[in-house]
Amino acid sequence: MTSETVGGHKVIRRGLVVTVLGLLGLGLVYVVALQFTPVERLQGLPQKIFYVHVPAAWSALLAFSLVGIASILYLWLRDPRLDLFAESAAEAGLVFSLVMLTTGPLWGKPVWGTWWTWDARLTFTLILFFLFLGYRALRGAVSDPGERARFAAVVGIMGLVLVPFVHLTVYLFRTLHPQPIVLKPSEPSLPWEMLRTLFASLAVHTILLTGFVMTRYGLGKRAQLAGGDDAG
Amino acid sequence: MGEFLRGALAVAAKDIRVEHRSKTGLVSAIAFAALVLVIFNFARDAAAVSREVLAPSVLWITFAFSGVIALNRSFALERENAALDGLLLAPVSRSALFLGKYLANLAFVFTVEAVTLPLFVLFFGVDLGGALIGIGATAVLATTGFVAVGTVFAAMTVRTRFAELMMPLLVLPFMLPPVMWGVQATARLLAGRPLGEIGGWLRILGLYDLVFVTVCLLLFPALMDE
Repeated sequence: MTSETVGGHKVIRRGLVVTVLGLLGLGLVYVVALQFTPVERLQGLPQKIFYVHVPAAWSALLAFSLVGIASILYLWLRDPRLDLFAESAAEAGLVFSLVMLTTGPLWGKPVWGTWWTWDARLTFTLILFFLFLGYRALRGAVSDPGERARFAAVVGIMGLVLVPFVHLTVYLFRTLHPQPIVLKPSEPSLPWEMLRTLFASLAVHTILLTGFVMTRYGLGKRAQLAGGDDAG
Repeated sequence: MGEFLRGALAVAAKDIRVEHRSKTGLVSAIAFAALVLVIFNFARDAAAVSREVLAPSVLWITFAFSGVIALNRSFALERENAALDGLLLAPVSRSALFLGKYLANLAFVFTVEAVTLPLFVLFFGVDLGGALIGIGATAVLATTGFVAVGTVFAAMTVRTRFAELMMPLLVLPFMLPPVMWGVQATARLLAGRPLGEIGGWLRILGLYDLVFVTVCLLLFPALMDE
């Protein structure tokens, strides 16, 4: 066992610690959301899913940006660690976009009366999910590590460039989603108790994303050092 | 710059010559587009949905699908007999190589679309009237963008396992914006609206082209490194 293999193990261990912290935080967010945050007057209890849905969307978008940025840096610096980081962020992003895509319909059914609608943000998320999926599939289909890294980086960057266009496209259709309620020029229209829970959950989801990416990075590192191919 | 363009044109001319000699690719792609049109006609409940309502979507889905099929083969030719290695050894910059492949692909897809449009008019009983110029401009602008993206992806997917599957998976999300804008513009034109009303769609298609042709020119060399 070389010192580098130990390095891989160390990253996994740290990643797991961060993930466990994130999960504990998530439990705490549930408690705060259910017990110490007021019930929304019109939507009732289904609105509670807001505290998972929106932060998951945040983490997915963050992961997507990280993939794009790491891809640009990879093509510039050609450091294999950046490639592994992009791969890890993409997989974590895939998980969070899946969370967002499952919690969305669960919330939409009681509140909008429909599981799925071609609403702007839902569609946007779905395309994001497909981009992550394509990125992942491409990685699995290239056997040479150098080639895989370069191809994946190109797809990562093109995806990042595509996002504003998809955004533009889907917003040209009408949306069922509420207009921005937190990030807007005037005061947020959420009461403080709800805002507090949302911010706590955003922080927790960011920690979870960090934990996932770290653990996946460590696993990838270990697989690489073991001489195996982590393409699978 | 002169040398850059000369190199690009030489690559494009080579591809077009290869295509011209065999014609199998072009004929198959056109036959495919025609088949998609036929399938659409039978996939429609004639009692519930009129041809006119479905027409813009049919046209653009046919364009998109035959585009994917056409792009898939653009690097398949180079793969046989390791012709790509020869191309890479040629004194042509990687960006010029991209431009050449891109221009040849554009010529190919434009040809397929130019044959598909009259077939579409025939099969779907559409009265183009004054809409021809508008639809033509929309098709040219939309195709310019997605063929650039497709050329880059084709260079990659040809070197992967399951290339035929990988190509649509990667390129279809990128086709979504131009196809959607194309459908919107076409629907308005077929409804007899004036050309001025689709100016917004044409501008956004132009922006998409500008952005993606630039990005593809910059990124393509990274794919060809050894």
